[in-house]
Parts: sequence; structure tokens; C-alpha cells
Amino acid sequence: MNAYPQVLFKNRRPGETVLLSEYEKAGGYQGLRTALKMSPEEVSTQVKNSGLRGRGGAGFPTGIKWSFFPVDQPGEKYLVCNGDEMEPGTYKDRQLLLADPHQLVEGMAIAAYALQTPVGYVFLRYAYEDCSLRVERAIEEAIDAGYLGKNILGSGFDVELHVHRSAGRYILGEETSLLNGLEGRRPVPRSKPPFPARSGLFGRPTNVNNVETLATVPHILTNGPVWFHTLALSPDGVGTKLFGLSGHLNRTECFELPLGITLREVVEDFGGGVRGGHKFKACLPGGASTPYLTAEHLDVMMDFDPLEVVNSRLGTAGVTVFDEHTCMVAVTRNLNHFFARESCGWCTPCRDGLATVSWLLDRIEFGQATMDDLAMLKDQVRNIKGRSFCALAEGAMGPVEALLRLFEDEIKDHIKRGGCPFAGK
Amino acid sequence: MTELLPQNQIDSFKARAAAIAHPHELIVDLLRAIQSHYGWVPDDGVLLTAVTLGILPVEVEELATFYDKIYRRAVGRRVIHVCDSICCWSTGAEMITEHLQKSLGINFGMTTADGAFTLLPSCCLGACGDAPAMMIGLTTYGKLTPQQIDEILLKERAAIAAAD
Repeated sequence: MNAYPQVLFKNRRPGETVLLSEYEKAGGYQGLRTALKMSPEEVSTQVKNSGLRGRGGAGFPTGIKWSFFPVDQPGEKYLVCNGDEMEPGTYKDRQLLLADPHQLVEGMAIAAYALQTPVGYVFLRYAYEDCSLRVERAIEEAIDAGYLGKNILGSGFDVELHVHRSAGRYILGEETSLLNGLEGRRPVPRSKPPFPARSGLFGRPTNVNNVETLATVPHILTNGPVWFHTLALSPDGVGTKLFGLSGHLNRTECFELPLGITLREVVEDFGGGVRGGHKFKACLPGGASTPYLTAEHLDVMMDFDPLEVVNSRLGTAGVTVFDEHTCMVAVTRNLNHFFARESCGWCTPCRDGLATVSWLLDRIEFGQATMDDLAMLKDQVRNIKGRSFCALAEGAMGPVEALLRLFEDEIKDHIKRGGCPFAGK
Repeated sequence: MTELLPQNQIDSFKARAAAIAHPHELIVDLLRAIQSHYGWVPDDGVLLTAVTLGILPVEVEELATFYDKIYRRAVGRRVIHVCDSICCWSTGAEMITEHLQKSLGINFGMTTADGAFTLLPSCCLGACGDAPAMMIGLTTYGKLTPQQIDEILLKERAAIAAAD
């Protein structure tokens, strides 16, 4: 295994959580000190120049998002950290918060200063009670040390952070749904525009970023945007990324790796290869909504743009690998059942469309389908894509569309045999 | 019958609701507090939440019925959520589920006769590197094998007995 520079995981030790004193010894809160010596605009410019792209799945450039924010608008403005992390195959934010939660607190303090949002919320999913406790402790330590609270580090700027514990449901990861969740409204997504930067939490300007995105910010302030560019292996890529490995690999762990690393190196070196001496058949490169990659894509660089070239997405970089004995119809069926169950029911293409796709995939997997069902499946994908209210159904179609594109023979084999060719294997 | 929530907690929620501009933001916190104390959220729990925060019951109910980790029906002392999403499914979740159902003698959606466990399927628990996984209460257990499950259930049963 190549030893790559560790930024977010540099202090990580198995089973332990870094406390404030250790975090400070390792250079913690230097980023905040640096930021407070700059103007808020200069801090945003640093982040923009770093090229950091959002780590929550969509990959939108963070500095550009910040540049849309009405920093000078008077009245309440909010900063929100999206820690819903419920996309199957994604567990990197949990690893980050368990290992070194002060990075998030420092990142939020810097973002709060850059955007002039004195109140912030850390939204954490129900299953992450372990993270909630650690973030709350880090917030308390930071208040005692003067990094949070009134007049932080004598800057005259106030920051208060609150932890919100959610109660389940994947849709809360959608940022407008999350805002409804924080407000205590039924958490269905909101229409965009207006975007949260104009009208977000309680109708006020709100900036929403992912845990890993915010945790990366202090390092950019400490080491500078140029340094951040040197971390990636892809020519146009920037930074490191947390990769959560899962599925049929020998080593299913979370690693911090440079963006632009090849899928092969991720699978063979860091994942230790496919378990049981089996062959690599396919993978989800970045969570349940990202179209499959196959063995022919092993030399593709794991970064935003190169993955779009091969019709997939980096997503959250949760890499789930399947061996050659895995039925891809069954995989897609499992993924689609997840999305159908987690649909909030607000719009018809998602509520009814995903249920229909599930029904069709059931028919194919269990040998009840005809070629008409295959045609209907293609129709459903066409009719759901681009027509749902939010990105949930769009994401759900990622693997289905990839199944049709890469594994149509496997679907037809099910139909011809009247059953799953992988059954009993 | 146990109270829904101790009076001092109700008072504290009332005070917090009065101090903030948007009392709705406490709905999930209060529902979770009731559930943590009472085990689940009966109709009276919805009503108590509404009265405590000074809002309409329907505004509470539309949240209580939306979140899958708010239980609107009686559950056992411990709720077991077994992950059935892709990483766990691909590493033996079906076998784990079968073992749980056999050991507990119940199917999904049911509670054991002694009232100890309710078994529910769950979407991804964020323990994908430790698949297959389940969550009992707020504790996540990963890298499950049938033997481990037996040990975990024994431990949880002992904890329930100790709490009585």
C-alpha cells in the first residue's frame, strides 16, 4: 500500500477520539486563528482558490457556494452541517467524527466567520449517537477554550453551535428537507429556487455543507490553497478524500486517499482485493445512487470529472464491490427497494415510479418477467429521470440505468431462464 | 403505568419552548425524550408534545408518522433494527435476519412474548465497513455472526433484567 499524505485522518487512532489538547498539539485551531486575521471575504477566497468540492455527494465547489451567500445581509443567518449520511455504502463522516471531531467544530467556526452566520446547527442522523456525543463534547471543549461562544479569540465575532439529533429517514440528507427537519416541519423537500442561501432555515439565508467538507476547511486555511492542489493525483483534481470500502473486499475500512487514485489501487491495494480469491465484477463507486463501474473501469481515476466521463459519479466515495458470483439484478433490486422505501412520497415519479421499478425488478429476479417488462423498465427510467421533485429518484435511477447499460444480457438471461442464473451460488 | 415523561423534563421543555422563536424545532427532541422514557410514543405522547410546546397535535403527528425511528406503536424493551441495505445484504444480512428470527421466534414487525425485543428491518446504519450490522436501541453491532448474535442477545437480556 502506498503511504499517502493524511490530512483528515492524521490524528486517527483505532477506537479513540482526539480531545482538544491533542488536537491543538497537532496544529488544531491554527486555521481558525489564521482566518480571524483575514476579512471574511478573504477566507472565502482561500476556500474558492483551493478548489474544494462538496464531499456530500453532489461535488459542488464549496467556495463558489459560499460566494453566493448574502454575507452582508442584516438579521439572522445560519450555517448548517449536513451529517445525515444515510446513503448505503457511505460511512466516512462517522469515521471522521469518531476519530477527530474538532476538525468539524473548527471548520464550522471558520465558515461561520466567512459567511457571518453566528448560529450553526450540526444535523446528525439517529444512528450516529456515538458521533453526537463526541461532537457535543468537542463543542463544550471549544467553548471553554474560547474557540466558540462570544467574541471568539478576541475577534469580536460570536459563534454558537447546536447539535440536532434526527429520527431516521434518508430524505433528510436532501438539504431543503433537512432544513424542514431542523425547523420541526414535515421533512419533505422544498422547491428550489429560492435556494437556501436566500431563504433557508426559518426563511433566512442558510449555508449547508457536508461534515467532511467543513472539516477540510481548517486545513486549507492552515496550509493554503496551493498545498491543497498538490494532494490530488489527477491533473485537475484537488485534495484528499475519505473512501469507505465495503462489500466483497478483504479489507472493508475507511481510508483517506488522494483524489485521482485509480479504482484498481483502491480495490486491490487498500481493499486487499476481492475476498475469497474471487474476481471483481462491479462496484458502486460512491454510494447507492452512483452508476456501476465494471472491470473495464479499474484504471479510471477516482475523481469527480474522470468518473463523469465513464457515466458515473464520485458521489460520497463509498466504494461497494461485488464479486463475479453476484447477481446485478439482485443488487439493483436491493438498492431500489431502499430508495422506494425512503421516498418521502411528495411527488408521483418518486412515490409511484420507484415502487413500479421495484415491482419490475422483483419480477425479473424471480423469473416472472417477459421482454415486455424489460421494455417497461426502460420506460420507467426515462419517465422518472429529470421529472422528480428532488434528487432522490434521480439518484435511484443511477444504478437502474447502469444495469440496463452494462448488464442487459444478465437481465435477458433471467427472463429466458425464468429465474436467477446466480441462484444457489 | 409509567408516566410519559417526568414533570421536570416537561417543565424544562416548556421553558425552552418559551425562550425560542420557533418551538416546532423541539418536536423531534421531545418525541425522542418521551420515547426514551416511555418506550414508544402513544397518542397521549403526541398530545403531551403539542401541549408542552403550545402547538397543534397534527403538527406533531405529521412528524411522528414520518420518522421511522419514532415508534407510534408499542414496542419491546429493546428495538432491534437489522440493516438490509446493500453492503449488509451482500455480506450475509439475510442469513443474520433468519438467525435472529429463529432465535427470537418472531418475524419482522413483531415483539417477543416476554416483551423484550421488537424486530424491525432498517435501511443502512452507516456501519458499511462492519457489515453485516444491526442496531439495538442506540448501539450499533457490526461484523455479525450467528454466535455473536446469541451473545449480544444474552447481554441485552441481562441488561433488561438488571434495569427492572
